[in-house]
Amino acid sequence: MEELAALIDALVYTRSRNEKLRLIAEYLRATPDPDRGWALAALTDGLDFPAVKSSTIRNLLMERVDPVLWTLSRDFVGDTAETASLLWPAPETHPAPPSVSETVELLAGMTRKSVLTELPLLMDRLDPSGRYALLKLATGAMRIGISSRLAKVAFAQAFEVTVEEVEEHWHGLTPPYEPLFNWAAHGHAAPDTANMPTFRPFMLAHPLEETVVDLADYAAEWKWDGIRVQLVRMGGETRLYSRGGDDISGTFPELLDILPMDAVLDGELLVRGSHQGGEQGGAASFNALQQRLGRKVVSKKMLAEYPAFVRLYDVLILEGTDLRERPWSERRKVLEALMPRLPASHFDLSQVIEAIDFDQLTQIRAGARDEAIEGLMLKRRDSPYIAGRKTGLWYKWKRDPLLIDAVLMYAQRGSGKRSSFYSDYTFGCWDGDPDAGAELLPVGKAYSGFTDEELKRIDRHVRTHTINRFGPVRETDRSLVFELAFDSVHESKRHKSGVAMRFPRVHRVRWDKPPHEADRLDALKALIKD
Amino acid sequence: MPPPLSWIRPEPWGIHVVPADAWIDPSRPVDRALVTHGHADHARGGHGQTVATPETLAIMELRYFTREGATPVAYGETIELKGGVSATYIPAGHVLGSAQILLEHAGERVVVTGDYKRRPDPTCPPFEVTPCDVFITEATFGLPLFCHPPIAQEMAKLLDRLAAHPDRCVLVGAYALGKAQRVIAELRAAGHHEPIYLHGALVNLCRLYEEFGVNLGELRLVSEATKDEMRGRVVMCPPGALNDRWSRRLPDPITAMASGWMRVRQRARQKNVELPLIISDHADWGELTRTIEEVSPQETWITHGREEALLRWHQLHQRRARALALVGYEDEDD
Repeated sequence: MEELAALIDALVYTRSRNEKLRLIAEYLRATPDPDRGWALAALTDGLDFPAVKSSTIRNLLMERVDPVLWTLSRDFVGDTAETASLLWPAPETHPAPPSVSETVELLAGMTRKSVLTELPLLMDRLDPSGRYALLKLATGAMRIGISSRLAKVAFAQAFEVTVEEVEEHWHGLTPPYEPLFNWAAHGHAAPDTANMPTFRPFMLAHPLEETVVDLADYAAEWKWDGIRVQLVRMGGETRLYSRGGDDISGTFPELLDILPMDAVLDGELLVRGSHQGGEQGGAASFNALQQRLGRKVVSKKMLAEYPAFVRLYDVLILEGTDLRERPWSERRKVLEALMPRLPASHFDLSQVIEAIDFDQLTQIRAGARDEAIEGLMLKRRDSPYIAGRKTGLWYKWKRDPLLIDAVLMYAQRGSGKRSSFYSDYTFGCWDGDPDAGAELLPVGKAYSGFTDEELKRIDRHVRTHTINRFGPVRETDRSLVFELAFDSVHESKRHKSGVAMRFPRVHRVRWDKPPHEADRLDALKALIKD
Repeated sequence: MPPPLSWIRPEPWGIHVVPADAWIDPSRPVDRALVTHGHADHARGGHGQTVATPETLAIMELRYFTREGATPVAYGETIELKGGVSATYIPAGHVLGSAQILLEHAGERVVVTGDYKRRPDPTCPPFEVTPCDVFITEATFGLPLFCHPPIAQEMAKLLDRLAAHPDRCVLVGAYALGKAQRVIAELRAAGHHEPIYLHGALVNLCRLYEEFGVNLGELRLVSEATKDEMRGRVVMCPPGALNDRWSRRLPDPITAMASGWMRVRQRARQKNVELPLIISDHADWGELTRTIEEVSPQETWITHGREEALLRWHQLHQRRARALALVGYEDEDD
């Protein structure tokens, strides 16, 4: 457990993604099976021990420490597990610390009753860092910013395999993932997951930018404003995976019992609404879909108000046949033939856009804003379905962003290499006529879109135009205008201005523009489409 | 005959020794100040007379230009004040020159600790336990969760990280008076003899420590160094400079901070610290409670810090204690 405790501590204090990857990869290489598999599961919040609750920990501590001192300490630290790890009385003797797998085995065997005698024995075998790791692992609340994607990338880095392979083999395996380590670290055959409802890595697109393609070679589709999903049914079992490969089946239960055959389908998850027209009726904007995302429990009301469906654009596997090696045009035919067999209530087909040539397509794209969709996808007609992002096969051609001029209100220091720079900004627009006493209301934040040279200059501006400080945040005198680019804007009850932008970023710094000429809130609200 | 201990009165801006017309660590200018140590929350300029150890007076002269009315008292020396009060300066183990002040009057003994610690420190003599009727203590780290690890362990952490990143430097934020010099001296004791690079704000105090016989090894100024020569080296700065523009001249610094608060993860994260070093010049919970047991006063007065928990400890151990509401003490950077 000491090595895992040291890793967790290092991860807590590390902000750089590359450094996190390096730390996890190093641990995975150096740690034997099955400890590293359990650790991997713990880091990605993949372990749960129902016998250990936060209240269990508090009760154990109250028996050992004066309750008043416990409460004062807990209030100061702000975290039960950490407070307990620090306050746990040092034992008289120091038995050998447990390994990760021994810890997992002991925790898994505990009941609500036995935990009260068995958890203290484990606590006594560890130092404060080890106790912290133990309690975080036991309560399944690591919360140290390690997504499953990050863990997979680290795994790939550790054993010099591709992350697509890791994605493909990881799913369907349960901790401690020994077949996965046997394959990657010891050169054994890859785990056989062909008949399991596992995630198959997505084929991804490059931005088109200045490239012009021949429509004889490429087919065009709308780029829908939902989330990319993969619906998998294997051996009668159905799972729904997100773009990152996370299992989100529980969030969309209405999609789990409706596939009449084993298949792996690629498509866009949307909710019903009046925008984003499709053959079987329209879809709502992303804002409506957001109501459904990230929920563990889905109410009947949610299901009724925001019914989800999948707009399909590819088929990877159908009834035992792996189609990924076949060209897109052939897969498309299979998909079109499949549609009548799928319930129209939950599926429709992403239509291919008919255009004579690239110029006409350019015009069609220019009108895309009204459809509340993101732009176009271009797919090479003869390309197989290849995991990851391979140049020349799929392109995304996003519509031009919306632009607005907003005034810098607050600036915050960044992290990592940017920790000495004010690099995170909050912008505002006028709630009326600035010459008639209108005020700025915050409309969004942006952290990107400027060069290092510009950052230095903005940083200097922030430091010399500060009027207030709130911890790491500085309030500026509202004298600098930025042109912000964003994909869309929506009503929001959470913001005082009543609007929220999607993907705002700095487009240009308007050193020349006086702040009273920045845009008003009304101008931003006029761009709302939902 | 006056009631016991009526001659010493805690006021919000300091402790008043009434018959001597003297104040201990007053936060506003007074005619006669008895100063425990040179930290800004205890030592201020502008007093008529300042009684302190020669080291503390030197620090005050450097920082606040206090020169007039400076009255040095060596460790172990007793000075007679007005009104039949005597004051003895006893090592407190906090920083160079830090003293507890033993006040005696009418057969009663009061010890004012200022700030103190019980762990060894190569830059100052250790705290001495002095029996008394009233023990006036700090409680900066007065919660049972505070347990400062042995400093050798923290030095090993620092040197390991340094060795693992030969292309980077480790930038250690440390309070300019006391902590910085102690960290440097402990690095030397741990066998690190490379040059250590200093932020300009640390230079004068390091020099002063050396004048008082604390050997800090080879020190260089960051402002006179090249980026490349600082790779693989320790750089010291005050905590405020850690995330400041100043640090841009350093080779990809690993941000470390030497402070007792680093015991709590969230505290370290709030300060953007990558390498927390739990090093404090204050007593931790174990040191506080052990000291009170060893001194065993009739009553404990608590000047500043987390007094609630220390009061609770007194209650649990059937000891008398009260919290004084003194203003202006306490340092978040320690």
